[in-house]
Amino acid sequence: MSKAILYDSTLCIGCKACEGACAERWGLPYDDKIAAEEKISAHKLTAIETHGDKFSRRLCMNCVQPACASVCPVGALQKTTLGPVVYDADKCMGCRYCMQACPFQVPSYEWSSRLPRMRKCDMCFERQSQGKVTACAEACPVGATKNGDRDALIAEAQQRIAEKPDQYYGKIYGLKEVGGTSVLYLSAVPFEQIGLRTNVPLEPLPETTWRVLELVPDVVSTGSVLLGGIWWITNRRAEVSKKEGKRR
Amino acid sequence: MTPQPESNGTVRLASNGTHPGGHARATKFKLPKITVWRAIFAAIMLSGLYATYLRVFYGLGGSTNLSDKFPWGIWIAFDVMCGVGLAAGGFTLVAIVHIFRIERYKPILRPAILTAFLGYSLVVVGLLYDLGRPDRLWHPLVMWNPHSVMFEVAWCVTLYTTVLFLEFLPVVFEKFGMHKPQEWIHRISVPLMILGVLLSTLHQSSLGTLFLIVPEKLYPLWYTPILPLLFYVSAIAVGLAMTIFESWHSSRAFGRALELPLLASLARVLAVVLSVYLWVRFLDMSHRHVFGLLSQNRIETWLFALEIALMVVPTVLLYQSSIRLRPGALYACAVMVVFGFIANRLNVGTTGLEAGSGTHYIPKWSEVAVTLSIVAAGFAIFRMIAQYFPIFEAHTHEQALAEMEESEEDPVTVG
Ligand code: SF4
Ligand code: SF4
Ligand code: SF4
Repeated sequence: MSKAILYDSTLCIGCKACEGACAERWGLPYDDKIAAEEKISAHKLTAIETHGDKFSRRLCMNCVQPACASVCPVGALQKTTLGPVVYDADKCMGCRYCMQACPFQVPSYEWSSRLPRMRKCDMCFERQSQGKVTACAEACPVGATKNGDRDALIAEAQQRIAEKPDQYYGKIYGLKEVGGTSVLYLSAVPFEQIGLRTNVPLEPLPETTWRVLELVPDVVSTGSVLLGGIWWITNRRAEVSKKEGKRR
Repeated sequence: MTPQPESNGTVRLASNGTHPGGHARATKFKLPKITVWRAIFAAIMLSGLYATYLRVFYGLGGSTNLSDKFPWGIWIAFDVMCGVGLAAGGFTLVAIVHIFRIERYKPILRPAILTAFLGYSLVVVGLLYDLGRPDRLWHPLVMWNPHSVMFEVAWCVTLYTTVLFLEFLPVVFEKFGMHKPQEWIHRISVPLMILGVLLSTLHQSSLGTLFLIVPEKLYPLWYTPILPLLFYVSAIAVGLAMTIFESWHSSRAFGRALELPLLASLARVLAVVLSVYLWVRFLDMSHRHVFGLLSQNRIETWLFALEIALMVVPTVLLYQSSIRLRPGALYACAVMVVFGFIANRLNVGTTGLEAGSGTHYIPKWSEVAVTLSIVAAGFAIFRMIAQYFPIFEAHTHEQALAEMEESEEDPVTVG
């Protein structure tokens, strides 16, 4: 069963307990100044955003088919069967293709470090693999952030919408976006009003490059036959004309 | 702008070809003259040195204007993407001369291979600046992810740089009169060259594939599923343009005769390749219904117009033999193609991504300084190698003469 997080913007009170718990889990500093930063960065892996009287939470979506993991040349990013997309800093060469490829602009880089790493939320992989819930879900006082099986959370979200249709914008963000994500959103208003990207394709992004990459063996094999063949023909022609030249 | 007098070219060329050492020594004593170009070169290298210091001690943050929202700048878009493309003359000419066996282009093959080898080496230098962990440059060779375009590019570039090195080795063997190794290399040369062309085909197109993963970020004037094809065709075009470009420069620098009839017929090929490229782009845009975007007064529209103009103008000009046979005009066309190509890669790699990334990016001075230093170093190293090694073959001139007779271009205009 693949795990997920359900964030319900209509329940969130903007207390930022999730931010603090997240910082503690990663051993990152957390104070009022950092709390006031409304964007994720290398020292803040989740952030609560204010949109008028609504709140929204940013964190890695831990996509079902993550673009970041597909593009990483060294396989430093992996989608686990448990759900989280994990990162191995010892492999990372710092090409930052994951940052370019992520449709949600999630990965952050330690720009000023001499030995920099990429940073992003990994949905508390160790905690979840020990059967615990994520630090943010544990900290949330009102159940706005909930951690559990993806299918169960989708069912619960659908039920919440069905029970109070007037309180919800009737869709779940993350169900279909880029082929599905492991962070799901509920909101009272259309998702772009709480800062979510609604222009992302519904198709899993790794498909876009794989369509071309899978042609490589064909190109190589056909290409070698073609080029070798052309050489064989032209070489024969050159030999013939050389001989004729000698005879003349 | 007029070509060197033929007789003068022959004499100097012959002495350069048969006794390169002697010729080089003669110029060496004149070297420490302070010219404007040398002063500019020194200034560029010094600023590059300071930028290198910033990069090493203050990281990417202290030396670039990159950010989480804009992780790739000109070190990728220029140093890597343009660098690889501008070096495409190597594989294009190898294919023409050794696989299609159009041997009359042989005199310009070696400089093209040298440019390519230097180009790729400098791309690696650029990567050392850009990678967050340059000490892990080798990681893709042992840690595999075959689903990653970048992984494929890393392997192709590594292998192809090796191939280029082997293709260049005969020049070194020739210089030092090492006949045995030269024979060995000759024996594997055909598979080697086929491998080189294949690897180039793969990674030249793959640089375009890199951007297929950002459909929602890259401006629709540039984002198309056929980016790999467009990158490949434009690389061939710019490879040819660079060959013309460097022949013109080296003829001035070394007082050689310009292989004009040869370059003029190469320019025909260039015009056709450019036409195909532009036509495919036009078709693609019309299928994607994006011409409407051109009526918007946005920076992307203007950059797109600039890029296309830099390709269309030389294409039209190169169809005229009067242009092809005037060294100055031919050179100007080649330069336009090179700039059009650079504009395209910068648009795909940086400017076309700004709106979609919700940010602005203007390279920091140190990014520009490093890039300029790499380019300047490229010119200087090329010159040095060309002075000491038999890059421009001794028989060039006779061939050029024979060429001129059989060429369909009018030899009267030359000289
Ligand atoms: S949101 Fe971005 S970083 Fe996170 S898993 Fe998806 S593609 Fe990767
Ligand atoms: S920056 Fe690191 S994790 Fe990201 S794609 Fe490059 S190597 Fe992989
Ligand atoms: S802890 Fe819960 S209620 Fe508080 S900000 Fe985070 S998600 Fe919202």
